[in-house]
Amino acid sequence: MLELERITAGYDRRAPVVRELSLAVADGEAVGLLGPSGCGKSTLARVAALLHRPYAGTVRLAGRPAGGFRFRAPREQRTAVGLVFQQPRLAADPRMTLRQLIAAPAHATGRGDELAGRVDEWAATVGLTTELLTRHPHQVSDGQLQRACVARALLLRPALLICDEMTAMLDASTTAALVAVVEEYRAASGAALLAVGHDRVLLRRWCDRVVDFPAVQSNRSETAPTSSPSTSSTTEAKTS
Amino acid sequence: MTEAPPTTRPAPPARRSPEGEPLLSVAGLSVRFLMPGGRDVAAVEDVSFDLAAGECLALVGESGCGKSVLASALLGLLPANAMVRGGARLAPEGPDLLTADQATLSRTVRGRRLGLIPQSPSAHLTPVRTVRSQLEETVREITDVPRSKLRAAGERAAERAAFPLDHLDRHPHQLSGGLAQRAATALALVGDAPLLIADEPTTGLDRDLVDRTVDELRRHVDDGRGLLVITHDLAAAERIADRVAVMYAGRIVELARADAFFGSPGPRHPYAAGLLDALPERAFTPIPGMPPELDALPAGCAFAPRCPAATDACGALPALAGGVACHHPREAARA
Repeated sequence: MLELERITAGYDRRAPVVRELSLAVADGEAVGLLGPSGCGKSTLARVAALLHRPYAGTVRLAGRPAGGFRFRAPREQRTAVGLVFQQPRLAADPRMTLRQLIAAPAHATGRGDELAGRVDEWAATVGLTTELLTRHPHQVSDGQLQRACVARALLLRPALLICDEMTAMLDASTTAALVAVVEEYRAASGAALLAVGHDRVLLRRWCDRVVDFPAVQSNRSETAPTSSPSTSSTTEAKTS
Repeated sequence: MTEAPPTTRPAPPARRSPEGEPLLSVAGLSVRFLMPGGRDVAAVEDVSFDLAAGECLALVGESGCGKSVLASALLGLLPANAMVRGGARLAPEGPDLLTADQATLSRTVRGRRLGLIPQSPSAHLTPVRTVRSQLEETVREITDVPRSKLRAAGERAAERAAFPLDHLDRHPHQLSGGLAQRAATALALVGDAPLLIADEPTTGLDRDLVDRTVDELRRHVDDGRGLLVITHDLAAAERIADRVAVMYAGRIVELARADAFFGSPGPRHPYAAGLLDALPERAFTPIPGMPPELDALPAGCAFAPRCPAATDACGALPALAGGVACHHPREAARA
């Protein structure tokens, strides 16, 4: 479903965050990508979702090379990938109600009327009541908002779902509930999954196989004291 | 537990309560918010607990259960539309945190008797000044260290929180999440406060960093401080806490020793059991439904609509008795 071949990407050509990295996700497969904060795994996820143009390397979706990145990504490739981010608040337009939020991909692809019924179906599946759908993001909890973001990602029935730290902000019960929603969808649709995270226990439980993100931090040693591995998240704000 | 670095200084004996004496006694604490349109949000209801020196109490629960409101109440940081009842006395002769005026709180309590370790340290620190300058300012404001010794005192404060001295001249945006956390902890420790409150200290950190942050906090407990940790991370709570308080819909539904709660015989409240069963290392099964809205709590037990054990008896509010507020507590059958 997804093939990343020798991807080099980042935000500064002289110091790329991801170097020559290859990763493949087969049709229907669930792959966990594991690494500490700041290692570049979110950047790789953005490349896979065609949201970030790599400096070098090839991205193939369903066997076809990416036709473009960001606004140039062809619609049929863009809509084949569903995305859930770590922080629902940053991924939700504060002016929209949860219903508008979930329906946004339908409107963006001109299928608003056609998919209106599906919005309610997905809302019910992720556990949102009709009353919650009328609220704005500031009126709901992080967990409720992330439920809406999952419904939004699944609305167009993507063949590949990319979850970038989907549950990092959530409590144990909401985490289990949302992973169950994703897995039900995958069982019904045969969609593939790339789950990015730092929780080994969670990814092992969730995915068919877990890949450790290779160490690519050699370029960052000048900001990271050797005594403190915690600084591996130095660039967290920039990469996630 | 963790090895204390040589720079760690034991808290001065005069500030320590005798073992077992509570540092903080919270009794019948309730917080309500009056919202526009007459909505009445019961964020915290009738919460009572004690916290002793050298003890760590973890307050756990889903987001929106009222645990951060509880922390704000203890710090005197609630918004103006909050109505507070009950008491939260600092021992031995301290003021009541809920009724003390802001002047008392800021001159004698915050930073001096009660240190806050904030939720997002990088937002808590001043972005335009170096860590050194912020530490020295805090030292100058709340201790009587003479000006000539400020620099050394700031460095000692940094060392106490294991903040690397060669990073002192950096600005907060140049620090990783873990180092920003240590800088914020260093600030909280400057005044040698016997009581620390950590509000979600590990949110957004990866697992290794969570473990290290938690172990560092635990070191301050082993030095004789009392620590209240508010978290939704059960693994972190298990690692650090002596006792666990589980909060649901504004109330404490279970208060237990951490080893009994996480190990054998396990949790007794069905909600607490559900939370643990949701962990990926356990059953990974969610609790059905979502927590109730705090302005529309059901009569009786707030967990009953989601509870597998609910019966007619649950229409009446269960009191917290023997460490659990439930009409049908699970027996110690899993032992």
